[in-house]
Amino acid sequence: MENQSEDILLVKTSETEYKYGFTTDVEQEYAEIGLSEDIVRFISAKKNEPEWMLEWRLKAYQQWLKMAEPDWAKLGFPKIDFQSIIYYAATKKKPKLNSLDEVDPEIRKTWDKLGISAMEQNKLGNVAMDFVMDSESVFTSFKEELNKKGIIFCSISEAIQEHGDLVKQYIGSVVPPRDNFYSALNSAVFSDGSFVYIPKGVRCPMELSTYFRINAENTGQFERTLIIADDDSYVSYLEGCTAPQRDENQLHAAVVELVAHDRAEIKYSTVQNWYPGDENGKGGVYNFVTKRGICQGYKSKISWTQVETGSAITWKYPSCILKGDYSIGEFYSVAVTNNYQQADTGTKMVHIGKNTRSRIVSKGISAGKSQNAYRGLVQIQPNADNSYNFSQCDSMLMGGECGAHTFPYIEIKNQTGKVEHEASTSKIGEDQLFYCNQRGIGAEEAVHLIVNGFCKEVFKELPMEFAVEAQKLLEITLENSVG
Amino acid sequence: MLEVKNLHARIEEKEILKGLNIKVNKGEVHAIMGPNGTGKSTFASILAGKDGYEITEGEMLFEGQEISEMDPSERAHLGMFLAFQYPVEIPGVSTTNFMKAAINEKRKAHGQAPIEAKAFLEMMKEKSKIVELNKEFLTRSINEGFSGGEKKRNEIFQMAMLEPKLCVLDETDSGLDIDALRIVANGVNSLRNSENAFLVITHYQRLLDYIVPDFVHIMYDGKIVKTGDKSLALELEKKGYDWVKSELAQG
Ligand SMILES: Nc1ncnc2c1ncn2[C@@H]1O[C@H](COP(=O)(O)OP(=O)(O)OP(=O)(O)O)[C@@H](O)[C@H]1O
Ligand SMILES: [Mg+2]
Repeated sequence: MENQSEDILLVKTSETEYKYGFTTDVEQEYAEIGLSEDIVRFISAKKNEPEWMLEWRLKAYQQWLKMAEPDWAKLGFPKIDFQSIIYYAATKKKPKLNSLDEVDPEIRKTWDKLGISAMEQNKLGNVAMDFVMDSESVFTSFKEELNKKGIIFCSISEAIQEHGDLVKQYIGSVVPPRDNFYSALNSAVFSDGSFVYIPKGVRCPMELSTYFRINAENTGQFERTLIIADDDSYVSYLEGCTAPQRDENQLHAAVVELVAHDRAEIKYSTVQNWYPGDENGKGGVYNFVTKRGICQGYKSKISWTQVETGSAITWKYPSCILKGDYSIGEFYSVAVTNNYQQADTGTKMVHIGKNTRSRIVSKGISAGKSQNAYRGLVQIQPNADNSYNFSQCDSMLMGGECGAHTFPYIEIKNQTGKVEHEASTSKIGEDQLFYCNQRGIGAEEAVHLIVNGFCKEVFKELPMEFAVEAQKLLEITLENSVG
Repeated sequence: MLEVKNLHARIEEKEILKGLNIKVNKGEVHAIMGPNGTGKSTFASILAGKDGYEITEGEMLFEGQEISEMDPSERAHLGMFLAFQYPVEIPGVSTTNFMKAAINEKRKAHGQAPIEAKAFLEMMKEKSKIVELNKEFLTRSINEGFSGGEKKRNEIFQMAMLEPKLCVLDETDSGLDIDALRIVANGVNSLRNSENAFLVITHYQRLLDYIVPDFVHIMYDGKIVKTGDKSLALELEKKGYDWVKSELAQG
């Protein structure tokens, strides 16, 4: 009977099945395999882009050619052959959709399986949704209602056509193409993504949400999201992600840029559930994402909340540049890994303005043979008088074959800056489990309780419906029928 | 209700229980006393079904059923409760949520629907009065940052919520101030009835002034070596354990 509860955990974590692993059968159009200047031109032409956009892409491509993949993360995976990936796949051209009824029935079936049609049917009411499959935005809902308030919420391709000035002004302003290997790649080949603009003084009346899905085979997904909150505005944005179950690895290299002007607030939440590979570590999504927000304005605020349960490899550091005086950056993260998953995730808080504050709460849960690393940088620059950071990084281990690692980097270049860091690592306690069991709470339910309790500080930052979804995902990731 | 016969158990090759016998009928209160390290907590843990012990001999019957192969949660569903000597903290899980899960799991095991929110809240309110537990404790993470005394009161509160048949209290009185001791004892007394039974592990006679036992057992070196009524506790208090040991040596 010894160590029984630990065995249960091991069984549970390895038997989990990925329920989003289906494919959608729609006619698709692909670019040729591999990457070249021609492919960049092909993508741009497909999207009918203006000249400046093509120029921008080509410049990024040239930069990418000169760059090497980063190797500093605590990740081990075979070298990616960037010439074996298809950089563009889209559902065969269809007329622009005006209502939900016009959506391809196959895609609607996909929505049903993903459980997101409910949102469209207005049951959740307060969520406007953009659906991006492979490289194309499929449908954006609630457009008219948002338009009335002057809010722009559309696919980035549409924004390039119709709000070119805004895109031109902001794209690459937070994450320049040369920032890193993957951002350069994304800048050259990004296919779609979401664009949001909230005008001065407007509080966005609903959650904006994008659902990303990789469907086609051998296809990389390179989406690009740009969110601008003008003075005194507020927006809460959520992205969800899934992918079919495939034996080969799929590449996902997204870029997300956020800009918050004076007193504006952006809440960005992610529930990431890309296919993690099977229990032997075969397949799964390689998730290399650059997410960064700039608190440009006085008293502006950006907060990142992420629940990461999927992907074979996660390389992701949503960051905040706190430029405006009194601006605030927050990062709340739950990263769960099991089987052979590897995650290297964390944040960067760069304090530039005076009296800037940041808060980091990171919860890592490792099970199976997985590796889970937190990597965070807190930098207080010379002019950032009276800046303050609080970081808390907690790790929970399930079983004895996984690993948790914490790499906090702190750079303080201003005497008045203050940084507090707390870290803990715990094994999910035999004693805690027994305590629950003695009260009649079975092993499975006990694990839910303990894990949910561990993640509570992060979950409470998510919009209600998504907190529930995140909890469920965690449960699915960490258990199956006992024994 | 409970019958333990010739129980032998070990942990990592070390034999700790060496032929323990005890019989508890419903409506009774039994006290177990004994020097440190004689196996009292071990016995309580084995009764509750904690992992890591090997039962090498003997029987454990709860209402006539052998329980030694049952999961701890199954035993709990049958109506066994252990108030821990050292209750553990579960960060982020409130006593309220914890109790709701516990009650609903038990109801599920008995084929009942989950408890209604209103009934549950009323029950919480009523039972927290028994141990004079402030409302604030019910929303805080369970046992996290609770003082020693507060943890023990929370244990008795949970016991009241779950309405078990057999309540095992492992040194619930240790670390309590005089007022808390009275509160806890009153709580226990108010839960006593003709259908349940209590097994109270303690080092101190003073608890037994409040919770008056029907039987007092002395445990020494992994077994019960002497059984008497409440006067045995008084005698122990006066004479100490050396008296028992020398009696044993002679016997
Ligand atoms: N995990 C373990 N490994 C080895 N020995 C153990 C373990 N747990 C308990 N023991 C030993 O078993 C014996 C009985 O311990 P137990 O905690 O049951 O005593 P107790 O009677 O409750 O003592 P106290 O009055 O101090 O609470 C002790 O000698 C203890 O060291
Ligand atoms: Mg003890």
